[in-house]
Amino acid sequence: MAQAVVGGTHQVEHPETSTGLPHVKLAMWLFLSSECLLFGALITTYLLYRGSSQVGPYPNDVFDIPYTSVSSFVLLASSLTMVLALSAAQRTDFGRMRLWLLTTALLGMTFVGGQVYEFTAFVNEGLNLKTNLFGTTFFVLTGFHGVHVTVGILMLLSLVAFSMADRLPGDPAFPVEMVGLYWHFVDIVWIIIFTVVYLVPTGSGK
Amino acid sequence: MGSVSVAAEGSRGLLRRPTANTGFWSWFTTVDHKKIGIMYGVSSFVFLLVGGSEALLIRAQLAKPNGTVLSAAQYNELFTMHGLTMVFLVVMPMSAAFFNYLLPLMIGARDVAFPRLNAFSFWLFLFGGLFLYSSFLLGGAPNGGWFGYPPNSVTDPSVGMTFYALGLLITGIASTVGAVNLGVTIINMRAPGMTMFRMPVFVWMGLVVQLLLVFSLPIITVALFELLFDRRFGTHFFDPVVGGDPILWQHLFWLFGHPEVYILILPAFGIISEIIPVFSRKPLFGYQFVVFSGIAIGFIGFGVWAHHMFAVGLGPVANTAFGISTSIIAIPTGVKIFNWMATMHGGDIRFKTPMLFSIGTVTMFIIGGLSGVMHSVVPADYQQTDTYFIVAHFHYVLFGGAIFGLFAGAYFWWPKVFGRLLSEPLGKVHFWIMLIGFNLAFAPMHLLGLQGMIRRAYTYPETLGLGFWNFVSTIGAFTIAISMLVFIANVIKTQRRPQGVEADPWDARTLEWITSSPPAVHNFDEIPIVHSLDEFWHRKYAEDKSGKLVPVQAGGADHGGEVSHEGGGHGIHLPGPSYWPILVSFGFPLIGYGVIFDWWMAFVGTAIILFGFYGWALEPSAE
Amino acid sequence: MTDTHSTVEGHPEGAASAHGAGGHPSPKEYVRIGVVLAVITALEVATYYVQDQLKGALIPVLFAAAIVKFAIVVLWFMHLKFDSKTYARLFLMGLALAVTLYIVVLLCFRVFLN
Repeated sequence: MAQAVVGGTHQVEHPETSTGLPHVKLAMWLFLSSECLLFGALITTYLLYRGSSQVGPYPNDVFDIPYTSVSSFVLLASSLTMVLALSAAQRTDFGRMRLWLLTTALLGMTFVGGQVYEFTAFVNEGLNLKTNLFGTTFFVLTGFHGVHVTVGILMLLSLVAFSMADRLPGDPAFPVEMVGLYWHFVDIVWIIIFTVVYLVPTGSGK
Repeated sequence: MGSVSVAAEGSRGLLRRPTANTGFWSWFTTVDHKKIGIMYGVSSFVFLLVGGSEALLIRAQLAKPNGTVLSAAQYNELFTMHGLTMVFLVVMPMSAAFFNYLLPLMIGARDVAFPRLNAFSFWLFLFGGLFLYSSFLLGGAPNGGWFGYPPNSVTDPSVGMTFYALGLLITGIASTVGAVNLGVTIINMRAPGMTMFRMPVFVWMGLVVQLLLVFSLPIITVALFELLFDRRFGTHFFDPVVGGDPILWQHLFWLFGHPEVYILILPAFGIISEIIPVFSRKPLFGYQFVVFSGIAIGFIGFGVWAHHMFAVGLGPVANTAFGISTSIIAIPTGVKIFNWMATMHGGDIRFKTPMLFSIGTVTMFIIGGLSGVMHSVVPADYQQTDTYFIVAHFHYVLFGGAIFGLFAGAYFWWPKVFGRLLSEPLGKVHFWIMLIGFNLAFAPMHLLGLQGMIRRAYTYPETLGLGFWNFVSTIGAFTIAISMLVFIANVIKTQRRPQGVEADPWDARTLEWITSSPPAVHNFDEIPIVHSLDEFWHRKYAEDKSGKLVPVQAGGADHGGEVSHEGGGHGIHLPGPSYWPILVSFGFPLIGYGVIFDWWMAFVGTAIILFGFYGWALEPSAE
Repeated sequence: MTDTHSTVEGHPEGAASAHGAGGHPSPKEYVRIGVVLAVITALEVATYYVQDQLKGALIPVLFAAAIVKFAIVVLWFMHLKFDSKTYARLFLMGLALAVTLYIVVLLCFRVFLN
């Protein structure tokens, strides 16, 4: 068995590594694994302080569950379009791949836009970072998530641009798969956040 | 022997890719793990001298009751920076130096999985450390202890603790990125035939450490963001007035902080696990037990964090649970100690400097471990916590354990890295003076702690009768400083001489000793094929029927052993140098300054990072 | 040699069976999975309107739904079900560690005593 391919930006199919797995994919899963601890800490902080705000506004005062549900559907749909983009790339249908990637990015932007609107509404109702524990923990948790989504959108758009300029190295399906893993992870974090923050009631008034 | 080519053209990228592999400026663009390892080593050594000087100032202040060397405010900055420096800017990067230099060589690889990311990790660490230290000139250094407990760390009006949060966030990113890099390297780039259980123990400890980093750093990242937001944006994460809980910080900090101490000690354990067998001319006793105990320490290390919080009021259930888990973690550590001792037993021992430091590591760590086990008894810890008894404990394990182990590694691998052997007589002088100074400095702290001397206090009254042992401790500290001068003199004297050491001056056991001293840029002319643990040793020696060592014909560094043949006799391709790692890392401290002083700097920093990422991604590949 | 799925093994759209045979689910299958996820989400949102009727069952139902969705996305969309077990082991390490550690932290704060 010949020796490992080192460095460069090429990720070869069936690479000659100790595990037979590509470096970047191993790295991505390891990174996502560590992100579980990052978001876990933020969610724990939120759970710790849930119901403990001494002054309002409280969650029931500001949450608009139907509105946020639509947002959640949008993000979930973006995971589907992401996987369709990868599927297209694996069939070497790069035109369709770019289309699905753009759709994913657009859905992501809709989600982030929806959050910006939601946050603005909350602020207008008197809830900001400093108001109370709810404001502190809510905005930081969802803000971190939103930043992650934004980075994901940048990566998706970059994939489209690079693909159009024919600057994707090697097999384009691979970077699409990698960005996809990141994007799906951001989606599953939202699945948890939506449940824990929005759907689980915090008790009357608070 | 294949020819080595390095990528030359750079016109398709945003910047012309650099090409130089030698010369002063090439260090700024290198992606060679060996050069990066050396840079980690030099930087961490400089920080060691700085952190050591901070310690000398602390000891000068505490030498007598009612000391006047430092004000209370200065004292707070110094003991905080001393701790931050030693943990984040000395032991961690010094371990990174050894991992970076040696891991690829030990597993038979030519570099790490992501060479440019490797350079990025180094520059980000260096800039993070400089950012932290710039605080002295920009409003005041961190002064809330390395552990940064709120409410104090939130409400302190000086800018220091904001530097603390941002500085550690920056170095944390560097370490996380590095951990993913080295973790993938170990899992994925081993030479043919090197199964996991044929890896040297140092490599195993490397793998455990990278996993510990990857899983613990995110936790302190969140804690630091929450602290930063409380300070800078008025949030209430730790604000008791509004219902926040400072204890949340303690949990999050120690969830990281405890695995962190195993991150600090396991590299040294790995180092001495390589040295002791070489200088006993015996294989490591119980290799599998040493490996599994390392894994166990890493795993259990995540389950003991609240033993730093016994006096906080968590209640008897929590205290009991964590007391038990803390006692349990002594077991795998003990296993390692017995294995090292059994390795030496019956061996043909050569008491060279690396071996002296290794034995020092084991003995000093035993002492530190004993006090550690005493802390695990919860009611006893009520007496010990926040006293100098704890200070004694962690200096025995971190200085006596980690630093001694790192010096052992320095003496051991110096010939490989620099092609020259450090002076043996000076090395021995260094060792003995350091050992004596170290024990003079820290042994009395056990007594001082039990006599009631509290931590983190800039002075103590005369009436407590603590003066004598404090004075002895200060003598010890300055004795350590003298031993450091001896080491520096040794280095200067050694580096003045021309290179000329053979590949294998110690008659060692692992693959890095096959390469020349120093290794060629491409490490191995041909990648070795591995058939066993201690592959290199078995190429040199076989055992006859009575178990005696018999040299193998045509064994050793110059000859022999199976090698793999890469792709049909083509040249060896190495990744070329790059500007992007250092450029991108420059954006991070800028963001830090922006958050503290003026937002435009943060925007510039972000722009640099974004621009840099695209430049990095578009850089023509080095093949 | 460990299994790896970085090869391009597309299935023509409309292929009846796809997964398990070392290949990827077809686009149609992915859409079906997407529909399942949407239905579960709709059910979750529905609980908002019948909270009082569900009483004590509300939180277990919500958590079960979240976990199922999480698993579906990880196993199918992120392809962990079909890929090398190494990835799953690495990911599970972090996930299991996070769940365990943070439950202990919340226990220390007696959060579950309502």
